[in-house]
Parts: sequence; structure tokens; C-alpha cells
Amino acid sequence: MMRTLLLSPLLLLAFLSASFSTYAAMEIQVIGGAANKIDVAMVPFQTAAGQPMPSLTQIVGDDLTRSGQIKLVDVSGTQQPVDLAQVNYGIWRSKGAEAMVIGQVTALPGGRFEVRFRLLDVIKQTQLAGYSYNISAEQWRATAHQIADIVYEKLTGTAGIFSTRIAYVQKQGKRFELRVADADGQNPKTVVRSNEPVISPMFSPDGNRLAYVSFEDKKPVVYVQSLQDGSRRKTAAFKGSNSAPAWAPDGKRLAVVLTRDDASQIYMINADGSGVTRLTRGGSIDTEPVFSPDGQMIYFTSDRGGSPQLYRVASSGGEPKRVSFSGTYNVSPTISPDGKLLAYIGRDEGRFRVMLLDLSSGQTRALTDTARDESPSFAPNGQAVLYATVQAGRGVLGTVSLDGKTHARLSESGVDAREPAWGP
Amino acid sequence: MNKILWSVLLTLTLTACGTTSGTKATVEDRTGGKTDAAMGSLTGGASGNGTETSALGGKGAGASALDGSYTGDPRKNPASPMSNRSVYFDFDQFVVKDEYRAMLEAHAGYLLSKRDARVILQGNADDRGSREYNLALGQKRAEAVRKALAVLGVSEVQMEAVSFGEEKPRKEGDTEEAYAENRRTDVVYADE
Repeated sequence: MMRTLLLSPLLLLAFLSASFSTYAAMEIQVIGGAANKIDVAMVPFQTAAGQPMPSLTQIVGDDLTRSGQIKLVDVSGTQQPVDLAQVNYGIWRSKGAEAMVIGQVTALPGGRFEVRFRLLDVIKQTQLAGYSYNISAEQWRATAHQIADIVYEKLTGTAGIFSTRIAYVQKQGKRFELRVADADGQNPKTVVRSNEPVISPMFSPDGNRLAYVSFEDKKPVVYVQSLQDGSRRKTAAFKGSNSAPAWAPDGKRLAVVLTRDDASQIYMINADGSGVTRLTRGGSIDTEPVFSPDGQMIYFTSDRGGSPQLYRVASSGGEPKRVSFSGTYNVSPTISPDGKLLAYIGRDEGRFRVMLLDLSSGQTRALTDTARDESPSFAPNGQAVLYATVQAGRGVLGTVSLDGKTHARLSESGVDAREPAWGP
Repeated sequence: MNKILWSVLLTLTLTACGTTSGTKATVEDRTGGKTDAAMGSLTGGASGNGTETSALGGKGAGASALDGSYTGDPRKNPASPMSNRSVYFDFDQFVVKDEYRAMLEAHAGYLLSKRDARVILQGNADDRGSREYNLALGQKRAEAVRKALAVLGVSEVQMEAVSFGEEKPRKEGDTEEAYAENRRTDVVYADE
């Protein structure tokens, strides 16, 4: 097995999407009121014969709802405009809409489609955005996510993340697959298959490479793999265990955890495996490093105080400082893009939940109400956290908005998913 | 001599793992008959994990001569403590317990007599909490056994301590029994 993998290290299945003909219905749960949510009417786009399913309106609507910042207005029982001249703003205003999206799909020769949409401000009765796309059927989902990004950014002022990608590990029986999918968990492509576990994937800052840990050599080894041509190299394969890769913001170096000199300690290493230098020292566990967005700090998990807690140390070295203080088990930090928040996993009364720590105030709160959460990863726009949890005995991926009120499950049914990472 | 070595070893291990909180040491009592129980579950549970290489019972690994003496691979002689390959740890503990003395002395003796032999110490952890943190906990268990063998004179070049964390559980499930089974280090020879 190991040899086979080494000979054909990469199984980048560029056109696998066609085989995923069934899409699981996405499960989105909104807890609590709609405070501060923007009410948007997603008017079903006029359809064309032979267009892919699900509809663009469905995908865009799910994206916007999952954000937790937008609430969809019921559009039933009303005449549904396709172009600007058909819009009666008064009707949509009476339905509570602050903005509305209209559009149409037209079939073109050669199996292509034209997609037109407009985002309208119902209150001011003006157009906020309007675009048309000439796309192939394969670009259907990507186009929907682009539309969702435009709508979201125009309405919230924050960049959308619907066109970004996630990585995760799927386990089926004794088989492990490292997969890259759209941010909504759909359109998955397998980039590594193995009979041995794969953990801790992380996208490079440009999104073109994945670092991960594979056990195919009967021990944990850190690999960096190109998502463009599938080539890969062993970045850290020292004596002992090699794990927990974290990209520096410059995309050239990584922090990794090695055991070659001592207990699990954090080192810096170039992506090609050269230039290894040790960052932390001592006999206790130091692991799960993550860089601050400016690259100056590394946050990590350490049991140096007797229980696993979060610490930070300058990436140039120095004395670590503890940053988590409540609870006896705080692990797996991920930092917001503005560097102000840490999401992590905290244990409380035997439950492992996604927690949020405000680094300036030191205040913490739980984002989830589940019990087996793992591996949180901030959205590139800082507005949500992706994580893994267990539902009905099965590993599933979820996102939660920063107010903790909007939860979405991303996984297909029947799949055991874990170790998610959010990429650019 | 052995007793002296062993107490030195235990002291060193205890010193190395200063965090002996001990508050939950009573969760499972693994003393007395524990080795037998572990062997039983290993022999019967081989289906769970094809990659584990702990050869504990029979399997025709060695032949018995008519006079009862063992003529096969000494590491697999059921009568030798070397046929024991797993060191179990209490919850949140990383101390090699006294019950593994004979087993580790036997492995150390073999490694000292065969300088080209290489042994991999594979640490494991139960599946509660972070995978990477559990990888580090498994490493700590592997290192504890490595240090124990080093104190017995085994050369560092003959040993590698690695961790599987929670990734290769010998026993699946959310039970204290499964957790205890997975808090262990396996002694695996490179040529096996």
C-alpha cells in the first residue's frame, strides 16, 4: 500500500464532480431571533430547459442563509419578476424584504447557459448590482457561489466566502480520503487516498497547496502537496513523530511539531523541508501551532501548566504567555483574520465545544451546543467557524456564525467526515 | 542489580513526567491480572485493526521441540515476557508501571544482544479531544517506554518512539474499557 502511494502519490480527480449526481439537502438551523439580519427576497430565477440542479436560487439562498447575517423572505404567493420592469417594490416591501434578487437562465448552443441576475435595494428602489455570465454546466455551482458573494458583500460590506474551498478527511471503512470541496461541502474532489489515517490538513495562504499529516509510513509525517499538479514532498519526516503543520502568512515557511529532540515541540521549517529551527523548549507538550495574521505570533496548545491550555509565543522565539484561563482543557486554536479572536475547543462537564476567546478582553463564550466538537477553522472573512462534530455516531462538518445562532451541517449523508480546514 | 536498575528507571520516568495529577488514577485499576486480560482482548480482537503487529499468542510463530524447549523466534516465545508487547497506562499518567519490568527487561536483553535489531515504540491515546493533542499524548507514552529501555542500556539508535495518537484504536467505542485499551505503547520490531 505504502509503495503504491509513493509511486502514484497523487490522485487529483479533476472531473470527479460529474459522478456526484445526488446532492444531500443542506441542513441549516437558525437559533434565536433574526436580530440584525438583513431580509432578502430570493426570487426564483426563470429556468431554462436542461439546466443543472439544484437551482441557482437554491444554492445562492443556502449560501446566504448559512452566513447567519441574511434571512430569506418567503417569496410564495406573489408574482415573481424576472427583469427590472416587472418589479413592484411596494409588494416586496410589504413582505418585509430590504433587498431582492431576480434573474433568469437562458440555454445557449453547445450546452452552455447565460445567467443574468440583479440585486435590488427594495427600500431605495435602486439596483445594487447586476451581472451576466456565459457558463458551462460545470460552472453552475461556482456561478451560484459568485452570485452569493456579490449579494453578501453588497449587503454586509464584508467579503463573501462562498467561492472559497474547504479541505477535510473522509473515512469510509478502513479507507481515508483527503478531499477538497466548495465552502458548502458540495463538489468534493479527492486529492489523497490512503489505507492509513490522514489528519491536520491546512491550505497554504494562496490556496494552491495543502500541508497535511499522513501515517502511510507507519508514523506521522508532514507532507506538502500541490493542488495544481498533485506533486508532493515530505516536508518533515524526522525521527519520531512529525505533525500539526501550520503555514506562515508568507506561504514559504511552516510551523510543525517534531519529537526528534524532546517531547512534542514546535519548529519552523521551509516548505521544501530545509532550514529547520526549534521554536519552543521544555519537556512538556507544545502542539497545534497557528500563526497570527501578521506572522509575528504563534498560538499553540501546551500542557506546561499541568493541563492543556492555549499559549502564544513570538514567531522569532521567546517566553510563551498563557492566553486561556478558564477550564482545564483548551486546545486546537484558530485565529480570526483580524487577529482579534481565537476559536478553540474547550471541555466543560465532559463536553468538547467550539469556544470563542476575545484576545483583548479575555472573554470567552461557547459557539456550539454539541459535545464532540473538534478542529475549528475560521472562515477567511472571519464571520464563521468551520468545525467537525459527531452526530448520530457519525463525523459531520458544520459551520457556526460568530453569534452562535446559525448552525449548518455541510456533510453528505452516509459519510464520516473530520479534520476540516477552511481555505482561501 | 535488576532491582536497582528498575528503581532508577522508575525514578527517572517519574521525574520526566512531572504532571502526576493523580486525581483520576482510580478510574481504572489496571493492576493484577491486567496483562492477561489485555492479551485476551488482543488475541480475540485482531480483526479490528489489520495494521497492528502485536503478535502475542500462538499463530504458529515458533515450534516447540519434543522436550518442550522453544526453538522459534525468542521474541515470540509464549513462555517469555518478550511475547508481551503492550504497555498500558493509567488515565492521564505516563509512568511505566512496575508490572512491565520483566517484559521490558526481556526486550532490553534482546536488543543488547542483537545490536542490529531495531524497535519502534508506538504510542496511542483514546479518542477524546483533539487529534493533534492526542498524538502528543501517545508520543509521551512512547517516550516513557523508550526512556525505560534506555535506562536498561538499549542504544538510542536502536529505538524510535512514534505516536499514532487516537488514529489507530485497537478497541473502538466510547467506553472506559476502550479508552483503557487505547492508552498504551506497543513494542514493535522493525523486522517483524
